[in-house]
Amino acid sequence: MLAVLLWLIVMLIDVLQLLAVRSEIDLGIKPQIPLLIEDLFFVFIVIYYRFRISKVESGNFVDLLWRVFATGLVTTIISLIFRLFYSQIEGTALASNDFLTTVLYDINKALISVFLISTFSVWKRLILYQKSKRLVFFWNIFEAGLMLAILSNLLGATLQESLLFQALFVVLGGMSIVLSANLKWVAYLNFKQKWKSILLILLVIIYIFYFFSYLYIPPEESMAYLEDINSLFLIVLFTFLTFYSIFSLLVILFNLPTSSVFEQKMEEAINFQRLSQSIQQGENEDEIFDVLLSSSMSAVYADAGWIEINSDDKEQRFIAKHISREKINQVKEQTLSAKSRTVMKNPFSSQKDSERILITLKKSNYRSVFIVPITVKNKVVGFMYLLNEVTDGFNKEMINIINTFASQASVSVENFRLMGEAIENERYKEELNIAKSVQGALLPKVLDHNEHFQIHAFTEAAAEVGGDYYDTFKLSETKFAIVIGDVSGKGTSAAFHMSQMKGIFQSLVQLDLSPKEFLIHANTALSKCLERTSFITLTYYIIDTEKREIEYARAGHCPTLYFDKRKKEADFLQNKGLGLGIMRNNSYQNFIEVNTISFAKDDILVLYTDGISEATNENKDEFGYERMKGLLEKNAHYDPVMIQKVFISKLYEFCEHKDLDDDYTIVVIKFK
Amino acid sequence: MLTIDKQKENHYLLIHVSGEADASSSIKLDNAIRDAMDEGVPQILVDCTNLNYISSAGLGVFMSYIEEINQKSISFIIFGLSEKVLKVFGILGLDQLLTIKKDKEEALNSLDAV
Repeated sequence: MLAVLLWLIVMLIDVLQLLAVRSEIDLGIKPQIPLLIEDLFFVFIVIYYRFRISKVESGNFVDLLWRVFATGLVTTIISLIFRLFYSQIEGTALASNDFLTTVLYDINKALISVFLISTFSVWKRLILYQKSKRLVFFWNIFEAGLMLAILSNLLGATLQESLLFQALFVVLGGMSIVLSANLKWVAYLNFKQKWKSILLILLVIIYIFYFFSYLYIPPEESMAYLEDINSLFLIVLFTFLTFYSIFSLLVILFNLPTSSVFEQKMEEAINFQRLSQSIQQGENEDEIFDVLLSSSMSAVYADAGWIEINSDDKEQRFIAKHISREKINQVKEQTLSAKSRTVMKNPFSSQKDSERILITLKKSNYRSVFIVPITVKNKVVGFMYLLNEVTDGFNKEMINIINTFASQASVSVENFRLMGEAIENERYKEELNIAKSVQGALLPKVLDHNEHFQIHAFTEAAAEVGGDYYDTFKLSETKFAIVIGDVSGKGTSAAFHMSQMKGIFQSLVQLDLSPKEFLIHANTALSKCLERTSFITLTYYIIDTEKREIEYARAGHCPTLYFDKRKKEADFLQNKGLGLGIMRNNSYQNFIEVNTISFAKDDILVLYTDGISEATNENKDEFGYERMKGLLEKNAHYDPVMIQKVFISKLYEFCEHKDLDDDYTIVVIKFK
Repeated sequence: MLTIDKQKENHYLLIHVSGEADASSSIKLDNAIRDAMDEGVPQILVDCTNLNYISSAGLGVFMSYIEEINQKSISFIIFGLSEKVLKVFGILGLDQLLTIKKDKEEALNSLDAV
C-alpha cells in the first residue's frame, strides 16, 4: 500500500516537474518546489525501507544481498529498455520530445533512488549486526547527516562552488569509510555463502557504477538542469554504498580461506549442544553415543572410529563408522601390541582404565589411534576409538575437544539413566500405593459389636504396607470373635502373609470354633504357606455378652492389657502360647492354653501389636509395658476413641524425633 | 549391626552374637547356624550376652531350626539373654521349644547332663 502511494507521489513529481518545465517557459515558477517534492520522495523511500528491511529476519545475509541484487536488476533492465527505446526512435521527432525525455529520465532516476535507498537500508542492517552502543550512536549521526543532505539541495548550492557543501561531503564520506569497517556479519557466512555474497556484491558494485555514470554523465538527450551532481544526498549515498560494497567484497575474499576453520568451530559448538540436548528428544543411550562418535570424528577429521560399550548383563555393543567388525578386531589387536603409545592421565580419576591413550600403528592403514574412555558415574562403561590414516593425526586441540565431547556424552547418559530410574521408581511407588489401598480394604471399616461394649481400632504401617492385622466377626447376637495379629517381618512380604491370615480367619471363624481349635487350624493352614523363617502371632477372643465372659487364646502375641474397674488396676493377661507357624506339626496343640475371664461394667480391653510396646526412642528406651499400664489406669474414664488417641499421642511424644520403624496397631474395647 | 563370632571348643561350637538382630542382619545369624548344622556339629551354644535387640526376623531364624534340632538330636543351647530379649522369646513361646539358660556355666552344665 505504502509503495503504491509512493509511486503515485513519483508520478506526481513527474507531472509537476514537467509543469515546472513548462511554467518556467510560461510562468517562471520557483525551482524549489519540484526539488522539495523530490526530497519528500527520498524521505518516504528511506522511511519505507527502514520499516520494511527491519522486518527481515536477521542472520540471513545472502537473502538480504539477493534482495539488493534483484532490485538492481529490475532497475537496470528498465533503464536499459529506455536506452534501447531511444536508440530505436533516434532521429524521429519523438526523440527530441522534451516531455517524453523528462518523464523517462525521472522514472529512471526514481528507480535508481529506490535501488540506492534499499541498498542503503540493507547495508545499514549489515553494519549494525552485533552492534555496540557506540556504533549505533555513530550510525545515527551519519543517518541524520544524510537526512540533512536530502534537504540541502533546496539551498541551490553546487558541489563545485559551495565550501559548506564540500565540507559536508568530506565529513559524510569520511564517516562512510569508518562505518565500512563494520563487517562482523562476514564471519557468519559459510564457505558457500561467501562465494554467493562475493558474486552478488560484485554485481551490486557494477550496478552502482552503471547508475552513477547514468546520472552523472547523463545521456545527451537529458537536459542540463536535471544533472544530479548537485544533490548532496545522492552523491553521499553513492560514495557510502561504493565504499561499503568494495570493503565487504575484499573482506569476504580474504576470509574465504579461513572460513572452513570457523565453520568447524561452529559445528563443534552445535555438536556439543546436540550432545547435551539429545535426552530431551527422547533418544536412547545408543543414539547419544552415535552423536558422540560422529561429532568427535568430524571434529578431528577421523577416517574411521567406533565406540564399544560394556554392560554387565549383555554382550559388548559396538557403534562403528566407516569400519567393519573384522577390521575393528584387527586394529584392536594391533593397539595392544603397539609400542608407540602416549598415555594421558585423567586429572579427575586415578583409575588406570580412565586414561586416554594415543597410539601410533606401523603395519596398518590407520596410523594413529586415539582411545578415549567413556565414564558414567565414575565408572568406565566403554571406549571410543578414533582412527586416522596419517601419523600424528591428532593434535592437542583435537584431543581437548574430544575430551569435552566425551564428558558431555557421559553427563547425557548419566542423566538419561537417572531419568529412567526416576520413572521406574515412580512406577514402584504407584504399585505400592495400590497395594496400600488394597490392604486398607482388608482391615474392617466397621467393627462388629453390640450395646454391651464399644470398640475402636487404629493402625499405621511403617512402610506403605504392613503386617498388622485385626478383625471382628459376629458369631451370634451375643457372641463376637475378635482377633489381633502381627506377621513377622515388615513391608510387602508381611503384607502378603497378613492377607493370608485374613483369609484363614474369615474361613475358620464361621465354623464357630473354640479359641484353641481356631488356633490349631490356623497353625496347620499357615504351616503350608509361610516361609521357613516366618511366623504370625495372634490372640483370638470370643466375647460373650450374655455370660459376660471373654474366652481367649494367645498364639505368641503380646499379652493383652486389661483394666479391672473394680480394682482400679490395669494388668497384662498372662498365659501360655506359641506363635503360628513355629511348630509345624500336631504337637502345636500342646502349647496352647485357653483362659476365660469375666468382665464387668467399664472394664477395658486393650489389644495392640509390638510396634507399640517395643517402640524405642533415641536413647533406645522401650515404650514398654509399665508405661502402657499406667497410661490405661490414668485414662480409664475415657471412651475407646479417646483412650486410643491418648496412647498414640503419648507414643509419638515418647519417640519424638525417631521415626517409628514398625507397624503399630491398637484396638480398645470398653464394656458397658 | 550384628556381629557373629564362632569359636570351636573341644566338644561344642560356641557362637557369639552381639549387636542388634533385625530384618537385614539376621541373615548373618542364619548363615552361621546353617553352617554349623551342615558341618554336623552335635553341640551348639549361642552366646547372646551382647545381643541388645532381636526383631521378629531374628526370632524367625531361631524358630526355623527347631524342627531340625529335634530331628537330629542336636544340643542347641542359648544363653545370656538380656531380660528384654528373653521376654520377647517368652511372649512368642519360643522358650518352650528352645533350651535357654542363664549363663555359660549353666549351659555347659546342661550339656554335661545330657
